[in-house]
Amino acid sequence: MRPAVERRGHVAAPGIAAGPVVRLDRTGGLRREPSGDPARERADLEAAIASSIVAIADLAATLEGEAADILDFQIAMLEDDALSSSAFAAIAKGVDAGTAWSDAIQVQVADYEATADEYFRARAADLADIRDRVLRALAHDGDTATPPGAVLAGNDVTPSRFLSVDWASGGGLALFAGSASSHVAMLARSRGVPMVVGTGPIDLGDNDIAIVDGEAGRIVLNPGAEDWAAYEATRADTVARSGREDAVLRLPARTRDGRRLSVMINVAEPEELDALDPTTCDGIGLVRTEFLFHRPQGLPDEETQYRAYRRIVEWAAGRPNVLRTLDAGGDKPVPGLTIDDESNPFLGTRGIRLSLACPDVFMVQLRAMARAAALGDVKVMLPMVTVPQEIDQAAALLNRAVADLEAEGVACRRPALGIMVEVPAVAIEPALYANADFFSIGSNDLTQYVTASARDIAAVSTLNDAGHPAILSLIRRVVDVGREIGRDVSLCGDMGSDPAHIPALVGAGLATLSVAPPLVGRTKLAIAETGAEAS
Amino acid sequence: MSDRHTSATVLLTHAVGLHARPSVKLTKLAKTFRSTIELGLSPDGPWIDAKSIVKVMGAKVPQGTNLHIRAAGGDADTAVAALIDLVERDFDEAGADAAGG
Repeated sequence: MRPAVERRGHVAAPGIAAGPVVRLDRTGGLRREPSGDPARERADLEAAIASSIVAIADLAATLEGEAADILDFQIAMLEDDALSSSAFAAIAKGVDAGTAWSDAIQVQVADYEATADEYFRARAADLADIRDRVLRALAHDGDTATPPGAVLAGNDVTPSRFLSVDWASGGGLALFAGSASSHVAMLARSRGVPMVVGTGPIDLGDNDIAIVDGEAGRIVLNPGAEDWAAYEATRADTVARSGREDAVLRLPARTRDGRRLSVMINVAEPEELDALDPTTCDGIGLVRTEFLFHRPQGLPDEETQYRAYRRIVEWAAGRPNVLRTLDAGGDKPVPGLTIDDESNPFLGTRGIRLSLACPDVFMVQLRAMARAAALGDVKVMLPMVTVPQEIDQAAALLNRAVADLEAEGVACRRPALGIMVEVPAVAIEPALYANADFFSIGSNDLTQYVTASARDIAAVSTLNDAGHPAILSLIRRVVDVGREIGRDVSLCGDMGSDPAHIPALVGAGLATLSVAPPLVGRTKLAIAETGAEAS
Repeated sequence: MSDRHTSATVLLTHAVGLHARPSVKLTKLAKTFRSTIELGLSPDGPWIDAKSIVKVMGAKVPQGTNLHIRAAGGDADTAVAALIDLVERDFDEAGADAAGG
């Protein structure tokens, strides 16, 4: 048995599961004994393609939106003789069905991979998905091959692979990369499958066992006796808690002694909102606008941004919306905008630094946000502010955007302009930043900068601890100064949904927490279990 | 009637060019006609089979392309008119891209 390894990532879907590791990036295990008879090989490949079409159609029927579109595309490809004709030609020459099919698809994969256009390049993954599905069908090693209760681990996972697994008997997902706002993450949340993303690469052995801890956002490989004890405790606690979370989800968040807090949500993709009921939260405390900048068609124009913001504001139905201006740079590069070769991107041109360096791009975003502000309660928030002058410069641009729109006769409103508190300089001397209309503490980056450690670097990730007394001391300071100078203070970041930290945050006087959508119930319950002793 | 030839040109305005969803719609519509239907990125071709998703996606047609459509067969006129109409309607998804997240 290999030694236990713990890796931390982010919660994509809560819950906890343990089981044998099945590696997602393996295409091995798809071997099949060739029959040597071309007629038999041809018939087997035809049957494998036909059964794959049926299986994908079954999946597509359970889905909507982009995931269903992608499956429709896969079906259309499989139905097209142009895809399989070269495979059948090779079989006629004596090549076995698996090799013939792999080679035929590989031509297509290579063609898409060589495309400059990012959208078309991404279709190579769909082709690989089709290829592997047919190979599995050929090997009669169908989707039932994933043992019940397995932990799927790897770089990323397709919706069709996720849906092909029978999750009823448990299991979970651990992705080295991945995103909490991916389609699979949404599916995992809706089906109650624990999922952790962003663990960084993990070296997986053949007989590894893993615990996916979707409560704490970590994975434990080859757990020891203590890990198992903790697993059982978390599991029992999760089961006991889920009913109580449901009970408080639709209620306003209140501490045991009746103090009312706002629990808002962080949104990274407007599509996430489709599955959410706005009455379960007090608004949107953070809209990460980076999703607009990762489209194949390049930087978004004003209309595209406006429509996306409008959709969010309409969903919120009168509740507040905090739109954060582009926070590119660091670990979030945007092709054609961010600077590629900075020696230390987290200490480089990211957030407001990049926006002020690219005022043309920034103005488009500010105009779209000022237009959205005419539709409801919209505030604008600047990331990575380090000196008060950055707020003045952004405010001047925002005022100009509003003046221009008014001169053009376009409906708009000057939104309040606040800042993220994530650079330690701001947290240490918040009074210097009274030219901001509000403060929102970004606990993830604040923790990273205060502890000088990244959570995705395994060797130092335990140092990246939001529970360090220095972090809490800074949070108290920001809340106190905010109260003195009359600025609202909220917190957005993983700390805000962590029951281990919530009593301290409530005690520090925070009145607003903004959390990942699947964690609203957990946050409200932790608040409800916090009493006067914290205040 | 069977040797009837029709052709027309339409500007592709869809935001990502002829990507998966519009390509599926276009090939599905093309397959409802008996005529041979082909797409070209220039009036002189090369021509690709409008009923093959592999060929249509493989052409990786970008936004702003003038799409040439030609058909030969009994229902060639109707086929070309229907395909032109689909592209002009932006595949019935105008604005869906920005709103689609």
